[in-house]
Amino acid sequence: MNTFTVGCGAGFSGDRVDAPGPVVRTLIRRGGPSALMFETLAERTLATAHLARRADPDSGYEPLLELAVGPVLADCLAHGITIVGNFGAANPHGAARALVGMARRAGLAAPRIAVVTGDDLSDAQGRAIVSECIAGGLDESRFVCATVYQGAFEIAQAIRAGAQIVVTGRVADPSLALGPALAHFGWDREDWDALAGATMAGHLLECGAQVTGGYFCDPGMKDVPGLDDVGFPLAEIASDGSCVITKADGSGGLVSVRTVKEQLLYEVHDPAAYLTPDVAADITQADVHELGPDRVRLSGVRGHPRPLTLKAMVFDEGGWLAEGEISYAGRNAEARARLAMDVMRKRCGADMALRFDLIGISSIHGDDANGMLGTVSAGERRDVRLRVAGRHEDEAVVDRLLRELTALWTGGPAGGGGVRVHKRRRLSNSACYIPRERVPARFDFFQEGTPA
Amino acid sequence: MTSTLYNYAHARTGDKGDLINISVIAYDAAHYEALVREVTPKRVAEHFAYRRPAAVRRYLLPRIGAMNFVLERVLDGGVNSSLNLDMHGKALSFHLLDLPVTLHKKETTQ
Repeated sequence: MNTFTVGCGAGFSGDRVDAPGPVVRTLIRRGGPSALMFETLAERTLATAHLARRADPDSGYEPLLELAVGPVLADCLAHGITIVGNFGAANPHGAARALVGMARRAGLAAPRIAVVTGDDLSDAQGRAIVSECIAGGLDESRFVCATVYQGAFEIAQAIRAGAQIVVTGRVADPSLALGPALAHFGWDREDWDALAGATMAGHLLECGAQVTGGYFCDPGMKDVPGLDDVGFPLAEIASDGSCVITKADGSGGLVSVRTVKEQLLYEVHDPAAYLTPDVAADITQADVHELGPDRVRLSGVRGHPRPLTLKAMVFDEGGWLAEGEISYAGRNAEARARLAMDVMRKRCGADMALRFDLIGISSIHGDDANGMLGTVSAGERRDVRLRVAGRHEDEAVVDRLLRELTALWTGGPAGGGGVRVHKRRRLSNSACYIPRERVPARFDFFQEGTPA
Repeated sequence: MTSTLYNYAHARTGDKGDLINISVIAYDAAHYEALVREVTPKRVAEHFAYRRPAAVRRYLLPRIGAMNFVLERVLDGGVNSSLNLDMHGKALSFHLLDLPVTLHKKETTQ
């Protein structure tokens, strides 16, 4: 049967760098046309990359690029496995340059690398477009970056033009799989069902181990063998867009009807209209069937015409976020932790809205007002960690919060230990929708000497 | 008998901005109709009332024995604004799985 296999090498920035190797070895062993995708851009990751590039013009692409791609680069090039990644982040040409360097150091012929652009709207022209489309306009004084989600078509064009590696910035995550599948099958741009099927294949792959037992295993209820060595997924995509999800040979983890259903609905809102730049996918009539061990088929995905607008994200500087923790254990620990909380509220509560958690009693299920903590009556728990968090425009104010937390060592209740404090710049973000013809994407082959 | 959703379904949270979805997937297709009856948008909204959701919507996927709940404005502004350790709300699926559900005897012995 005519299938095209896409393996996943990363599901987020910072994913395990030993994951791609077994995926690539599996692709080689099974033979047939294939691609390896790297998805490394969460919503926030790209803004962080823009800040990094401001500080150093040569940075701003995925920091783990060399560790993740380096070990599989030679095998992918030798076996015709196309590498597609959004690891370009805020500096796709920088990533392409790094890949050229990696190939040179490995003694390989220079790979044909295509760079997809058109996502970054941070320059004056891009900001002008965004400011027309966003409610309230842009705040230039706090602006960090604006990027629009591009789709699969430029990726497919680049591969058809001979690219061995395609570097992108912001594209919709599933487009990283749809692009190479589209290049292989040559689907019509309005073959909605096929585009939707391959899009959902990409959706199942885009978070790496989340479809192979990660974010899933619940001992005794949903057991997963070998979670410490969880294999990354592959999708065998058929010419009608349906797919079989499987995982790297010889790895731990699990591909089951249950893992696939959980990931199928992950970050989905209306299952009749999962929107990407390429298609509106409808999974309400989809079927998920186990074909054998670690082999699950997704079929019946339908497609509808792609949206007329593209989603853009705008990030602004948002002051500072600070958090600190201290622990109490043994006899009367809970009362001591609750007293420490009271001390912090009295000393810092007037400066900013604070969030308090008592880790071991109630921490993450409550919201920032944390009424949930108030519903838990005081008890005699023997191991409790107080956490305080706050945010403020002024770095000096959050610094004071962290000094006060640290001062609980000497000026707080008895036996407080394990103080940790941390602060970071906050980013605020908002979404807007831009008519797609205003923000076209394109690809170019990377050539040494191309300015960043 | 009254039990919790945890015994009949598994769940996963995803986030986008200040909104989450929680999938609820029946372990056994025979329980699906009873879960649809028990786990209504109204009950889910009440269960999450402490986070003051602006809206709770439910989508049904009977072919795969699943429901998808979308809860708006429950993340204190989202990943970039929340002071929560779990700013994504990833752990909230397990809050939903604590929901009490009542399945009739014939429903549980099918």
